[in-house]
Amino acid sequence: MQARHSIFRTGFVHAALIAYTLISLFPVFLTVINSFKDRNAIFRAPLTVPTPETFSLIGYQTVLGQGDFATYFQNSFIVTVVAIALVLLFGAMAAFALSEYRFRGNTLMGLYLAIGIMIPIRLGTVAILQGMVAANLVNTLTALILVYTAQGLPLAVFILSEFMRTVSDDLKNAGRIDGLSEYSIFFRLVLPLIRPAMATVAVFTMIPIWNDLWFPLILAPAEATKTVTLGSQIFIGQFVTNWNAVLAALSLAILPVLVLYVIFSRQLIRGITAGAVK
Amino acid sequence: MSNATSLQEGQPAVRRPKRWHILIFLLPALLVYSAVMILPLIETLRLSLYNTVDGQPTFVGLANFQVLFGEERWAHDFWNALKNNVIFFIIHMCVQNPIGVALAAMLSIPKLRFVTFYRTAIFLPTLLSFVIVGFIWKLILSPIWGVAPWMLDLVGLKSMFAPWLGKPGSALIAVSLISVWQYVGIPMMLIYAALLNIPDEVIEAAECDGVTGWSQFWKIKLPLILPAIGIISILTFVGNFNAFDLVYTVQGALAGPDGSTDILGTLLYRTFFGFQLQLGDRSMGATIATVMFLIILAGVSLYLFVIQRRMRRYQF
Repeated sequence: MQARHSIFRTGFVHAALIAYTLISLFPVFLTVINSFKDRNAIFRAPLTVPTPETFSLIGYQTVLGQGDFATYFQNSFIVTVVAIALVLLFGAMAAFALSEYRFRGNTLMGLYLAIGIMIPIRLGTVAILQGMVAANLVNTLTALILVYTAQGLPLAVFILSEFMRTVSDDLKNAGRIDGLSEYSIFFRLVLPLIRPAMATVAVFTMIPIWNDLWFPLILAPAEATKTVTLGSQIFIGQFVTNWNAVLAALSLAILPVLVLYVIFSRQLIRGITAGAVK
Repeated sequence: MSNATSLQEGQPAVRRPKRWHILIFLLPALLVYSAVMILPLIETLRLSLYNTVDGQPTFVGLANFQVLFGEERWAHDFWNALKNNVIFFIIHMCVQNPIGVALAAMLSIPKLRFVTFYRTAIFLPTLLSFVIVGFIWKLILSPIWGVAPWMLDLVGLKSMFAPWLGKPGSALIAVSLISVWQYVGIPMMLIYAALLNIPDEVIEAAECDGVTGWSQFWKIKLPLILPAIGIISILTFVGNFNAFDLVYTVQGALAGPDGSTDILGTLLYRTFFGFQLQLGDRSMGATIATVMFLIILAGVSLYLFVIQRRMRRYQF
């Protein structure tokens, strides 16, 4: 009786989870399969996979021919990689200072850096734009990199200093006795040990930067500095009635996220589950 | 070791040379963070007290706020955006977070198979950009394509279909539900982690006392994961009152139809940056940003000083 009850319950749980999984995956699946079909098939049978008769790459040809997606990808890539590198380097240095040394104002400094975890940087946009205009940085990738570095730092410092507290004091003191400078201790002893935490922070920092629409729209809307997110937004806006092109552009925009997710999903999920413990 | 250091610090540091390396470690982060985040934030708050009078920036006190809350044209837009934003938040709290908790509760059932697969799949939409999510749903809900009516037909509800995104009465709900679809992964993951953290002994003790299944969830697990629910609530609050991208991609900067999906983020964008015939207005933009700041600050303070303090935490 107990066993039958439990099988029934497990069955129900699986049914509910499968149903929700379908809800999450279906829209993505629908977009991708239809991007490979000709226009008639998209409308006649939206839910079937492309067959040899309906298969068509016309959408992809339009996108790659019209939009300058290579530049957009390059811009997004540069901005994301440089911002992550700066967040990790500056964040780890600050986290090390806060977790390793006792000095006056330590707690206050930690709190000051933590403000940015809760208060979104977007609220300062009016003055950020003003500052970027004054510094002649509008429509440059530098402006975006600076903003994203500032945006990513608070959480990075918070997570990394939690991890730095777990690095053994004996190891660092042994290094000090051997005559290593504080800088060597940081770069040669501590950094290699917290590499897993750095990977987690990198993934967390990357997603909002890659997907952001607000700052590219305001700080760098020029053709030469458009990111993929802004580029596809504008491209799709112009080609609203060309369904092949829209679906192909969407599929192309999903692709990098999907690839990264497949590579990093373990890291990301472990990061979220570990971070929530505290 | 740490004791020794604190003892040293008790006396004014005379023996120790100035520790420049601390400053050098802190400096780059402090510089970027202060220059690009904190100072602009303060400057924005300051700008909300100024306006251009006869071509000169002049201190006007709270006059901008009076205009925003009181003058007919501004007040109508502002209160409309605020009301929509509150509804947007309520829908997230009532739909997204309960679904997240339910999914997490199912995923955390011991010895359930395919958990990793479900988890990975359900979290996927969270990673997609608003542009992708917005357009995909716009296509699906579009009456031209007909996917949504066709799906409803499968369950015999075809008559229910309406162009939800195009009707003022339902557009806000539709946009909120799209956002829920995208973000349900976050509460799911955080609650899932909190549930996994409950020690087996607690569950075993409950089972010995005959508390199983539903009542176990309500009486044992739910109280233990309340702190995590508090965290997701405040995250939802900050995220919602700062939202912009999804409405912008689905409904455009005018947040149509007829302003029915206008929230504070889109209002800020239109006011500050200008749109179509409307010219950008820096002072009013700063004023709206300040109001958003105060709303978010109030929410975060309420959470930190009232809710989090009262919440009982269990140490295992």
